[in-house]
Amino acid sequence: MKIPISVTVNNVEFLHTVEPRLLLVDYLRDVLRLTGTHVGCDTSSCGACTVLLNGKATKSCTLLAVQADQANITTIEGLSKNEALHPLQEGFNECHGLQCGFCTPGMIMTAANLLHENPDPDEEEIRVALEGNFCRCTGYHNIVKSIQYAGNKIKKEVAV
Amino acid sequence: MSTTNGLIGKSVKRVEDKRFITGRGNYTDDIILPHQTYACFVRSPYGHAKIVSIDAEVAKKMPGVLAIFTGSDLADINGVPCGWQVNFKNGDTMKEPKHPLLALNKIRYAGEAVAIVIAESKAEAADAAQAVYVEYEELPAVVNAFKAVQPGASPVHEDIPNNICFDWALGNPLSEVNDTISKSAHVTTLEFVNQRLIPNAIEPRSYNSSYDAANDKYTLYTSSQNPHLIRLLLCAFVLGLPEHKVRVISPDVGGGFGSKIFHYTEEALLTWCTKKIGRPVKWTSERSESFLLDAHGRDHITKADMGFDTNGKITALRVKTYANLGAYLSTFSTCVPTYLHGTLLQGLYTTPKINVDITAVFTNTTPVDAYRGAGRPEATYLLERLIDLAALEMNADPAELRFKNFIPPFDGVNQPGYQTQVALQYDSGNYEGVLKKGLQMVDYENVRKEQKKALMNGKLLGIGFSTYIEACGIAPSAVAGALGCRAGLYEVGQVRVQPTGKISVFTGSHSHGQGHETTFAQVVADKLGISMNDVEIVHGDSDSVAFGMGTYGSRSIAVGGSAIVKSLEKIIEKGKKIAAHKLEVSSGDIEFSSGKFTVKGTDKSVAFGDVALTAYVPHVYPKDLEPGLDFSSFYDPANFTFPFGCHIAVVEVDKETGRVTLKRFVTVDDVGNVINPMIVEGQIHGGVVQGVGQALFEGAEYDENGQLTNGSYLDYCMPRADNFPMIETASQVTPCPHNPLGVKGAGEAGTIGSTPAVVNAVIDALWSGGHQVKDIRMPLTPERVWRAMQS
Repeated sequence: MKIPISVTVNNVEFLHTVEPRLLLVDYLRDVLRLTGTHVGCDTSSCGACTVLLNGKATKSCTLLAVQADQANITTIEGLSKNEALHPLQEGFNECHGLQCGFCTPGMIMTAANLLHENPDPDEEEIRVALEGNFCRCTGYHNIVKSIQYAGNKIKKEVAV
Repeated sequence: MSTTNGLIGKSVKRVEDKRFITGRGNYTDDIILPHQTYACFVRSPYGHAKIVSIDAEVAKKMPGVLAIFTGSDLADINGVPCGWQVNFKNGDTMKEPKHPLLALNKIRYAGEAVAIVIAESKAEAADAAQAVYVEYEELPAVVNAFKAVQPGASPVHEDIPNNICFDWALGNPLSEVNDTISKSAHVTTLEFVNQRLIPNAIEPRSYNSSYDAANDKYTLYTSSQNPHLIRLLLCAFVLGLPEHKVRVISPDVGGGFGSKIFHYTEEALLTWCTKKIGRPVKWTSERSESFLLDAHGRDHITKADMGFDTNGKITALRVKTYANLGAYLSTFSTCVPTYLHGTLLQGLYTTPKINVDITAVFTNTTPVDAYRGAGRPEATYLLERLIDLAALEMNADPAELRFKNFIPPFDGVNQPGYQTQVALQYDSGNYEGVLKKGLQMVDYENVRKEQKKALMNGKLLGIGFSTYIEACGIAPSAVAGALGCRAGLYEVGQVRVQPTGKISVFTGSHSHGQGHETTFAQVVADKLGISMNDVEIVHGDSDSVAFGMGTYGSRSIAVGGSAIVKSLEKIIEKGKKIAAHKLEVSSGDIEFSSGKFTVKGTDKSVAFGDVALTAYVPHVYPKDLEPGLDFSSFYDPANFTFPFGCHIAVVEVDKETGRVTLKRFVTVDDVGNVINPMIVEGQIHGGVVQGVGQALFEGAEYDENGQLTNGSYLDYCMPRADNFPMIETASQVTPCPHNPLGVKGAGEAGTIGSTPAVVNAVIDALWSGGHQVKDIRMPLTPERVWRAMQS
């Protein structure tokens, strides 16, 4: 039996009928073909699948698509507005916050949630916020710097 | 290092970033082909078992199921080969059992595939795989390399006595080394385990294979570090396919760390299946499968003795290692404990006599192969643990003891390379330089003062050193061949100047995080004096890149970059002839710089773009010259490159809980000339965290039945962001004397150097508190450190 759902992803509303067991991440990747959200594990540990669900960073492998019915979702593809990079995207480029790029979308979405809740995090707070996101390439060093860069940029934009 | 427009040596921001930060990367699992089907495997829950029967009748009738194949369907198909032959000491060739695509009759490690199920959807394939009924008869397992060679141990392969793949020795005669050690004033002895690690690239392995019957052509998308090598092995060794009818594409790949070098059974099996069913077949590893199937790393059991004279000079080193290779030979498994480990045991020291003896062993565990550093971290760990422990035992300063034993500086140009006792000749080095710089950065005297102060405050502070060397830029083909490698280890670089002067570069190196699209473009744009925007780097597709050997062993810039430079030299040489014709002078009078061909001593010149256009629109053209401006080169290195460095860890150990906190980590790495410092630093950061991961967090655990007991992220401790301070990096530059860019490679340095520095720091902290502990088994969990303090 398939179940109808209605979700808004990156400001576009979608209506689909899905199998009850379909994970949200598979819905995003295989049905909507938004492949920027990645799958890195099967225990909700690595964070590569992190999206914003109603504004909160959420591991999309821990939810069924049917649980996201009526939700508002932002994926990495929806973060930049009008071709202008989001300060976090800019920060990851400026500070070499990525190498292979596989964990990057999840890192950026987790960081977006952090900066929303805490616009001025110190290094320790950033590191703790990233506990649920694994990176095997960067040693986290430049990811921390990228988030600091974005935090500073957002603060300046707000000040202006 | 020479530069024409400042690009070489500059921290240029990466050009490949945009697609990744906007979610537009293209990894293998992102690809869905028309008429796509999906595979799921039936895998053994046992580490060692007989397959009594397989019943797939129910599964075959389930919804969406297209085909199910088992080992008996593939009995005539070859297994995946090993790429490196190592001989026994007596000259016999190593034992090389068939590594079948699907197990036939017998299971040799947990997770080995018994059947493949192909269905219309992932879920249907998984449902049907659950319904395949396999009856097993469990057999006694062996998981430990030392125990596996003892009399009476259960055989992994019936026809291989004592589970020994080969034994091997290198260096000075054992009798001489024994004699020297027995006469030494002090001998430091250490028995230790360099534990098994699981690579854990965050992108799980993924393959998508298709067959176009109309054109009789296969296409395999693979998350591989070396698509051409996969094509060669697949075609020539496993399936017997015509190589020109197989296209292998490695699109974006989410990290490799060695684990994606090897030719895995699933790549060949999916390619065999796609023709059988006439539709594309895709499989992406679940993380729980990655833990069981991606080739593991390290797993050495070692006893080593280092002798010293009364002045603290090393007299000799004796090493006996049992290397666990797992159940089958993975592609490069056999060269890791031998030619990438035994040959590095000179380290940075003048040790006059060295003997290393390796026994390579089959066990009922996942195959072991190269994992970031591959053999060199094991060698570094051995040497650096021994010398730090010797300093503690002899009440000497660990830095001073190193200075006393370092090979003096040599540039490889005015002074010759350094001939080691273990076959290699180092290219150039200034070893005392990196330690001096490291001591300054960490402010050594002050750390020792803080250590005393901490002790008075009831805390244990420790400082640990590691001064390492590695062999990169793999490898001179003749040397590799003489040592048993079954392939050449050159690289290919093609530079195609387009008619408008834009450049397409085709490289056999593959980037899966290393940033080649930036670094290689910097080299090309700098050498031609043009903008980086005019250069595109193409990699990872066997139909566009003529040939390649791929990326591993920190070889991309040293070997792949050198191949590109060779082609650039040919471009400039031909360009001079075209320019000479246009300017009506002889080509000997033309010089090229900053994107212009100029008549020497005049202001007469033609731009690079004009020469390019003339080459492709040769209406007025020299008679003796071919049109076009497009060259390909193979570069075979003259020697390995030998990066080196100094890593220093400062740790605090909690006396009550044994918990280790990494307070500081200082690195001084000398990787030769640097093209992009930002990228090199990033490689060091990531490598350090992986190396510290081995020291403090990571380690695969098997029980005696061959079960991997920590095969998930809930059980296997991955390094996390909040485990680390900012890493303090610095560099020293001793150019490589034998390649055109003077580069040595930076991919593995962080991992090779860091592990022993952390363990040494913990041991130092414990000794400062009066606990004279020689070794704690990695990873140094709070429990293990606490127990060591109680002993």
